[in-house]
Amino acid sequence: MRHAMLAATLAASVAIPATLANATDLEVTHWWTSGGEAAAVAELAKAFDATGHKWIDGAIAGGGNTARPVMISRITGGDPMGATQFNHGRQTEELIEAGLMRDLTDIAEAEGWKDIVRPSSLLDSCTVDGRIYCAPINIHSWEWLWLSNKAFEDAGVEVPTNWDEFVAAAPKLEEAGKIPLAMGGQPWQSGGAFRVMLSSLAGPDVYKKVYGDKDTDAAAGPEIARVFEAADNARKMSAGSNVQDWNQATNLVITGQAGGQIMGDWAQGEFQVAGQTAGEDYTCLPGLGVNAVMSTGGDAFYFPVLQDEEQKKAQGELAALLLKPETQLAFNLKKGSVPVRGDVDLEAANDCMKKGLDILAEGRTIPSGEQLMSQDSLNQINDLVVEFFNTPSMTAEDAHKRFVDIVASAD
Amino acid sequence: MSTRSDDRPPFRPFRNLNAKIASVPMILTTMVVFVGGTFWTVLYSFTKSGLLPRLEFVGLAQYERLWGTNRWLIAIENLFIFGICMLVFSMVIGFVLAALLDQKIRFENTFRSIILFPYALSFIVTGLVWQWILNPQFGVQGVVRNLGWTSFTFDPLYNADIVIYGILIAALWQGTGLVMCLMLAGLRGIDEDIWKAARVDGIPAWKTYVFIVIPMMRPVFVTAIVLIASGIVRVYDLVVAQTSGGPGIASEVPAKYVYDMMFSSQNLGQGFAASTMMLLSVAIVIIPWAYLEFGRRRRHG
Repeated sequence: MRHAMLAATLAASVAIPATLANATDLEVTHWWTSGGEAAAVAELAKAFDATGHKWIDGAIAGGGNTARPVMISRITGGDPMGATQFNHGRQTEELIEAGLMRDLTDIAEAEGWKDIVRPSSLLDSCTVDGRIYCAPINIHSWEWLWLSNKAFEDAGVEVPTNWDEFVAAAPKLEEAGKIPLAMGGQPWQSGGAFRVMLSSLAGPDVYKKVYGDKDTDAAAGPEIARVFEAADNARKMSAGSNVQDWNQATNLVITGQAGGQIMGDWAQGEFQVAGQTAGEDYTCLPGLGVNAVMSTGGDAFYFPVLQDEEQKKAQGELAALLLKPETQLAFNLKKGSVPVRGDVDLEAANDCMKKGLDILAEGRTIPSGEQLMSQDSLNQINDLVVEFFNTPSMTAEDAHKRFVDIVASAD
Repeated sequence: MSTRSDDRPPFRPFRNLNAKIASVPMILTTMVVFVGGTFWTVLYSFTKSGLLPRLEFVGLAQYERLWGTNRWLIAIENLFIFGICMLVFSMVIGFVLAALLDQKIRFENTFRSIILFPYALSFIVTGLVWQWILNPQFGVQGVVRNLGWTSFTFDPLYNADIVIYGILIAALWQGTGLVMCLMLAGLRGIDEDIWKAARVDGIPAWKTYVFIVIPMMRPVFVTAIVLIASGIVRVYDLVVAQTSGGPGIASEVPAKYVYDMMFSSQNLGQGFAASTMMLLSVAIVIIPWAYLEFGRRRRHG
């Protein structure tokens, strides 16, 4: 009996390393936890597992602002994961400068990322001092207004085609017992919605001046004053949507309890999970139907510096895999985002994704907020906007004045 | 043999050597982790540290920004309201409950366990429970409306003006049980003869409590106040679980500001400046108190 146990233990201890010899566990952290997002990340895991390695899923719930601190403290604290999601842009600037992120330039060159990634600004955001540090996985644009066709039908008005019509339809929606605009309570949501209003209603040039050049004259100008008036309308329209998370707000639109929501294209994944069809059940208006521009931010995978050779190899394989056409297609169809390579055949893309692809093809793009401004300044703006949305006594002029102050000190 | 009549004990560094050696690690920990960490934080609060600490001094710029930020001012105001109410209500409710339980009632153990039970829950669980109870759709408001009173409104967590009181309710529910137990122990420590003497003199029960028993329970009150006060300054998880600072930024607290600045906004300098202000405000309260408390004791010998 005792011998048998010993033999079994020995056998097991030999057997396990044997199966692990060419399969490496790689922990990947991300904040994709809503229904559509989880379905998309499962595609990545499937593709990675097919290479013989093992994807250890390290999902962190609660959105980027909750997840990023956890990721950063693990990396700076000496317990790095195999790979991690960030929004490409300035979030990882200091980690790269401190030498904590792996240089992917050799993989990028071998795979020819320079030629396939479109628009090229995506790869520029991954580049520090000529070296590439991240693998872009998708293009995310914030500039979408999602409308529930059912809500407008119930209220007896046409589905709007731009922001002004939407504002005009708000009283009818309220009469029908609907919340005109669904808005989650987290600061990044109202901050993002505000940025969308700014780039759409004031135009991409003003947007670039304010967020990119931190031009206080532009920030104090009449265009931005109009944006704050629009935000004032949005504030009245969103009163009563007592939800926190973005997908709960999207759900209000899906179920027809709310007229619309300003949210990035990741909301589309939720409509798909709910089995809705673009154009029939819901309508999307890029750039609020006014200025159809798309910001080309998005998600990228960064690879912290590891010591273990096996894991390094697995990191390299994962990085290369992320930009393969098949992975790109499978992931982005589920996620509702746009692939980072232009040569991916998006036959299966729905109406809204096609609209996005057209805008991209015409090159009507703007850099995302994360690419232009530090997270610190963005959070300051988020705080201001979320306070504005929840304080009915705060006037648009007041908020505008404080916005100019933030832009003046932003970096 | 010595003829010296010093009443001061002679300096004997090797007396109780084992005990001294045993306490070295703790002394080192205190010096390095607490005192060292504090100095490091204060030093770096004058720098322009971002995601990683960086010795690039910017003078008082971080403090100027801190006191010019609406969110910080709201956080301070909230902490002030929350702190005062928490201190007063938990002491009063805790003492009243303890006095009631002290009336030699039946099932005292059961009642004591029930009232102390919330203290066994973490702030996160407490916060979530009260988030549900105070939710207008399916919490208290929903239940009362379903009973027929359709105009009933009770949604503190969604009203920016009173949201801090919604958090206060949860904190009181969680914390008063402990205060009650401390008070009960204090009451049990009062000699039965004092009650008898008071009764003989015909002093009403409430007067006995206010003028005789409470002054005698001073050490218990000090313990309770210290426990509650430290809980007030570091209130964080309760807010995160209940409102995550919302609606808007109406229920922000300083500890949350520090965390968000350091980790979410990647601005360590700003977070350090805020935590230094928190330390300073605690010091302003503690130092005069400690001076009075310990300084007096020394004088009395």
